[in-house]
Amino acid sequence: MRVDGKGRIDREAPLTFRFDGHDHTGFEGDTLASALMGDGVRLMGRSFKYHRPRGVMTAGSEEPNALVTTRSGTRSDPNVRATVQELYEGLEARSQNRWPSLGFDLLGMNDLAAPFLGAGFYYKTFMWPRAFWEKLYEPAIRRAAGLGALSGKATDEIYEKAFAFCDVLVIGGGPAGLMAALSAGLAGADVILCDEDAEFGGRLLAEAEQVGDAPAFDWVQDTVARLNSMDNVRLMTRTTVTGAYDQGSFGALERVAHHVADAAGAPLECFWRIAAKRSVLCAGALERPVAFRDNDRPGVMMAGAMRSYLNRWGVAPAKSLAVFGNNDDAHRTARDLAQAGVHVAALIDSRADAPNLAGDVPYFPGHLVTRAYGRRGLEAIQLRRPDGSQFKMHVQGLGVSGGWNPSLHLSCHMNVRPEWRDDIAAFVPRPDAVPGMRVAGSACGQFSTAECLKSGAGAGQEAAQDLGFAASGPQLPDAEDAPYRLRRLWAVEGKGRAWLDFQNDVTVKDVVQAAAENFASVEHMKRYTTQGMAPDQGKSSNMLALAVLADATGRGIPETGTTTFRPPYTPVAIAAMGAGAQGKTYAPERFTTSHDDSLPNIEAGLWYRPSYVPKAGEKTWRESCDREVQMVRSAVGICDVSTLGKIDLQGPDVGKLLDFVYTNTFGSLKPGRARYGLMLREDGFVMDDGTCARLDDNRWLMTSTTAAAGQVMRHLDWVQQAFCPDLALRFTSVTEQWAQFAVAGPKSRELLNDLLDQPISDETFPFMQCGVVSVGGITARLFRISFSGEHAYEIAVPARYGASLFETLVSRAEVLGGGAYGMEALNVMRIEKGHITHAEIHGATTAFDIGFGRMIAAKKDCVGKAMAARPGLIDTAREQLVGLRPVDAGGEAPSGAHLFDAGAEPVRENDQGYVTSTCFSPSLGEVRALGFLKNGPDRHGEVVKLVDHMRGIETRCEVTDPVVFDPEGGRLRG
Amino acid sequence: MRLTCPLCGERDSREFYYQGAASMLNRPPADAAGQEWHSYMHLRDNPAGEVRDLWYHQDGCGSWLVVSRNTVTHHISSVDLIGAQNAG
Amino acid sequence: MRFSALKVLKEGLTGNKGWQPHWRNPEPKAEYDAVIIGGGGHGLSTAYYLAKEHGLSNIAVLEKGYLGGGNVGRNTTIVRANYYLPGNSEFYSHSLKLWEGLEQDLNYNVMHSQRGIINLFHSDGQRDAAVRRGNAMINQGDDAHLLSREEVRAKLPYLDFDNARFPIYGGLYHPRGGTARHDAVAWGYARGADQRGVDLIQNCEVTGIDVENGKVVGVQTTRGPIRAKKVGMVTAGRSSQVAQMAGMRLPIESHILQAYVTEGLKPVIDHVVTFGMSHFYISQSDKGGLVFGGDLDFYASYAARGNLPGKEQVMEAAMALMPMIGKARVLRSWGGIMDMSPDGSPIIDKTHIDGLFLNTGWCYGGFKAVPGSGFAMAHLMATGRPHASGEKLRLDRFETGRGLMDEEGTGAQHNLH
Repeated sequence: MRVDGKGRIDREAPLTFRFDGHDHTGFEGDTLASALMGDGVRLMGRSFKYHRPRGVMTAGSEEPNALVTTRSGTRSDPNVRATVQELYEGLEARSQNRWPSLGFDLLGMNDLAAPFLGAGFYYKTFMWPRAFWEKLYEPAIRRAAGLGALSGKATDEIYEKAFAFCDVLVIGGGPAGLMAALSAGLAGADVILCDEDAEFGGRLLAEAEQVGDAPAFDWVQDTVARLNSMDNVRLMTRTTVTGAYDQGSFGALERVAHHVADAAGAPLECFWRIAAKRSVLCAGALERPVAFRDNDRPGVMMAGAMRSYLNRWGVAPAKSLAVFGNNDDAHRTARDLAQAGVHVAALIDSRADAPNLAGDVPYFPGHLVTRAYGRRGLEAIQLRRPDGSQFKMHVQGLGVSGGWNPSLHLSCHMNVRPEWRDDIAAFVPRPDAVPGMRVAGSACGQFSTAECLKSGAGAGQEAAQDLGFAASGPQLPDAEDAPYRLRRLWAVEGKGRAWLDFQNDVTVKDVVQAAAENFASVEHMKRYTTQGMAPDQGKSSNMLALAVLADATGRGIPETGTTTFRPPYTPVAIAAMGAGAQGKTYAPERFTTSHDDSLPNIEAGLWYRPSYVPKAGEKTWRESCDREVQMVRSAVGICDVSTLGKIDLQGPDVGKLLDFVYTNTFGSLKPGRARYGLMLREDGFVMDDGTCARLDDNRWLMTSTTAAAGQVMRHLDWVQQAFCPDLALRFTSVTEQWAQFAVAGPKSRELLNDLLDQPISDETFPFMQCGVVSVGGITARLFRISFSGEHAYEIAVPARYGASLFETLVSRAEVLGGGAYGMEALNVMRIEKGHITHAEIHGATTAFDIGFGRMIAAKKDCVGKAMAARPGLIDTAREQLVGLRPVDAGGEAPSGAHLFDAGAEPVRENDQGYVTSTCFSPSLGEVRALGFLKNGPDRHGEVVKLVDHMRGIETRCEVTDPVVFDPEGGRLRG
Repeated sequence: MRLTCPLCGERDSREFYYQGAASMLNRPPADAAGQEWHSYMHLRDNPAGEVRDLWYHQDGCGSWLVVSRNTVTHHISSVDLIGAQNAG
Repeated sequence: MRFSALKVLKEGLTGNKGWQPHWRNPEPKAEYDAVIIGGGGHGLSTAYYLAKEHGLSNIAVLEKGYLGGGNVGRNTTIVRANYYLPGNSEFYSHSLKLWEGLEQDLNYNVMHSQRGIINLFHSDGQRDAAVRRGNAMINQGDDAHLLSREEVRAKLPYLDFDNARFPIYGGLYHPRGGTARHDAVAWGYARGADQRGVDLIQNCEVTGIDVENGKVVGVQTTRGPIRAKKVGMVTAGRSSQVAQMAGMRLPIESHILQAYVTEGLKPVIDHVVTFGMSHFYISQSDKGGLVFGGDLDFYASYAARGNLPGKEQVMEAAMALMPMIGKARVLRSWGGIMDMSPDGSPIIDKTHIDGLFLNTGWCYGGFKAVPGSGFAMAHLMATGRPHASGEKLRLDRFETGRGLMDEEGTGAQHNLH
């Protein structure tokens, strides 16, 4: 119900919204929870396990009960806290975890079965018969569990990520945070002030008190205006700092557009990565309940929240209310309610000797609330007098306060445990728990407004001073400075179930039973009962559960200890932290200069390369591929090979470095010559291969495979800086600076000579020659190297000429009966030639395995040489590279198939190897494959059994040399 | 996590590649015994406390760095170029 | 006390007053036949199988904190046998067989759920690797099916099939793979071991290993010295420190692996699904939380907490693969300490000290290995000979280069897994 004259909602701006299909009205400034409360709704959700009816309990992000689903369709958003969701015109919300309706939920019968569903019951049953777990028990449990539902589809809303940097990050914009930001800002520090609420002020938004000589909210507005006027202060509302990480890194979630019907192009949320030199944690405190029988009835809520609803939103949960607490703060709720004209039926304080601070309300010192009545909404409470007698009182709302817990979560994100303070019966952060972080205000147990202002100002000032800013600190206004007195009370003894964790339905009995079953460590208790593992992470309940466990095990609270505080402080959508990764933007897309979107391109690392280049009328990739292979073998083909890594090395000592990183010798290579090289990792396995060309005395160009380009660059940096820092050389990656094309086939020289400004011949450009040439006046590099096994070249030009050179090459090739070819043809030709790719050098093969053992030069050291000599790496029983040829008609030799002796059973013990690459060879007219076979080089001619269980293929293969096409190499030299 | 590259200044750890124990700088001579190579390649002190680790400023200046860091607190006490370390 | 539906019913009707401790809190004795250092999943299962399979009863498990407080209580609960290299193949295959029937063996519902694992692949090369792996799984006697893109779509219609940066080519399906309730595994083994007379001693940190004449004779602890004929070091996450007490340097670096759970949601993911283009694996717990993880944070650490880049990388993979979970909110993230071995595979072996045994190097794979590791470790400790399932998990493989198990092919050296 609405309370006239209270709250800061705009009563001139009514908003209509729907909850579970019913129309409601609230006001600008409402949250969904306050608006529902204003409209007399108490029942807002169902609990997780027992499906108990639940109403709103808090006024913030710690809310355990009032979780709803907002919006619809793919924008449907489950588990939204009604206490945080700001109201907007047309807001749509639905209750969760109930069927068929919130009022009547069939699974509410779980509550009747509660005696059988206590702590850990599921560990003790559902074991028989075994097959029933996946088929019956688990599906039933899964259906009953869970809260809201995902739509099952991706949303079209935008999420973003961003970085921010500051000198001082102030977390929380209540009285302490505002003062911290002000003092650090006045000192000249770059400040970011974040608050999860829609407006700054923190607890002052919820209190009827004065700061200075004006209402607290006026002071808040003045201070925010002052901060806003400072260029070095950045104010971020609706922004929750979710985690504290190393070296002053923080994560923060900004809810940019949850409070409007239409984001209008803005992101829904933005996840911030903030780097701060210092931080001040001013996150306030959270009130904790008192456990008593059926304390989860809708209408029972936190006393401080009840006061918030009254003072900030002008609503009360019902007409007749009571307040129950163990501390002075509870009295303020009764006082404010009574002063606002709401009927306060009772102020109940567990302390017999506490004076009444609430004014003219019926006061019951030394009394306890022992029970709540009313299944779908509170109807009455039962009180116990100091003499033990009990009586019932009819109220529809009850505010409960068991005291306040400092919100120290972020201070514990780096594993430092908080320390116990007996006087406030709460944990507080330890100093320097997070390097560079100070804690101020009620987050460190300073609860009065005056203390908050003072400690906030001091922390902000000190943070700025740390960084060398001269800070004098702002003036402190007068403010409320009442002492905070309480006497601990966790759970009221009595029959029935008293709730601790409202979300996960953990009761005092559950914790006591866990202790009886020797789940006595706080972590065991948590994990056994699920206490604190629900969406609220036990923000209001963990302290109680801990205290109950301490009692049950006869230990003190500090010895019992807390569970671990882990980020995020409040849950963060995967879409926010993963923003930008949906669809094509998951990873950068790299395009060659010849890229043609109309071709069937495939991913090659981050690059795209054409799989094949179809001609009109070709229906399958095989048709195109076969044609392209024959084209290269008979005429000339063009292929963009720019994706290979290219590293430009210069200096007199390049040869020495190359001798150390390659297994074979390079120092002796003459200018104008290129050589194939093999690189090992230091563990002795092959890292990469490629050619390296000596362009002139002091300049070399190394190529790596596309896949390993980054790794090779890193490796070169490592080897040079770590082991040969004194060599006279420099190198850099030029992969993107040069476009490079293979020109392959018997007519390749003819094509080139038609194009080059100076023709070449076999004498000027023999196999493995390299040099500078001129194409249409453009300086280009030419390499006579071949992956296809044909007479071939690679020609490289600065990338800006790449597209036009490619076009020219292809059109000239077409005149000669050739054309462009793609990855498939490239792959077929290299299999025919037994050339390896990363299908063979997949990280677990050695030079020995691929038949290149002799490429490890004996006379010099190189990376990986020592490890490659380990006995296990040169054992002839190792799987080694072979060619494979199916001997049965129509036989296939699919990659991934395993090899066995001809008569052997295809089981692990008999495994002899596997196939790495396969193709139909148009040149040979049959299937050819490469693979690894134990003792392979000695088994050429043997017929082995090939089995691919995955595809149901079993065939016989003849073992061959890996090189099956033009083994003498006449074509590439000719 | 943030590291201060001696050449580039304070940067987010996203820019760096991590390699592991700085003992990898002490590469044995080619003819060292297998046991020495094994120790170099595989065996680690792996302390819960102060370590000297190799990091590479991959998305920065390309420097290999020795970072003195605590594996329990993640506190970083120094970052040096590996060359400076060798010289020292 | 035996657990059963009937027992739950009976207790429910009588006020749940009759439940007994799942294990005792014994004082450490002066001497044991065997001492296991480490009360995590592997230590508890080792003790259990020592008692059950080898008839030992004078055994203690020494745990510095609380039982199951290490990685067994901090993982993504996946259970599978989909390895392809000799050594791993037979070991994880055996472990999975032990999982099948673990509830009945332990009389404890560990909620082993064989809901099936689908490893997606995104290129021809990845398909070839998946086929090689699938064939190895069948050769081993386990189960694997190659799924086409359309078959994947039928099972996992919620993946991004339309606009993905790395299109889905298909998947390798392992129907017997799945998940289990991680804590319950530790508790089930603890209760089983306790019932067989094993002393489970919590808050008892080992501070020294006593060796005389090359033979282990006991341990020093924060609760006094304990003599022992055999000692097993089963302390993933602290292996290097414990082995150092015996003068050993291990081929281990310790790294952080983060994992994540979302708020409870109605059933939406029915399998375990993994992405092929980045480390990302996800399932949905029976409570409704999406449980997922990714790669290491990639720096040596014992902090058991991670940093933002690792988290973001995982969330980005999630959005790339299955953007429909974008609205799920991550509730909690945590970090486990991984014993990373050079080749990414585990070690169960004797040491140079007589009677001292080593169990380490579980990398990412420790949880699913809990039954198999305990079984093999118990066999080794009891008989002095490796069990067939674990005989290739040798400590000397790095030195000899024989039998390296580098499943990823990224290298048998540190920091590449």
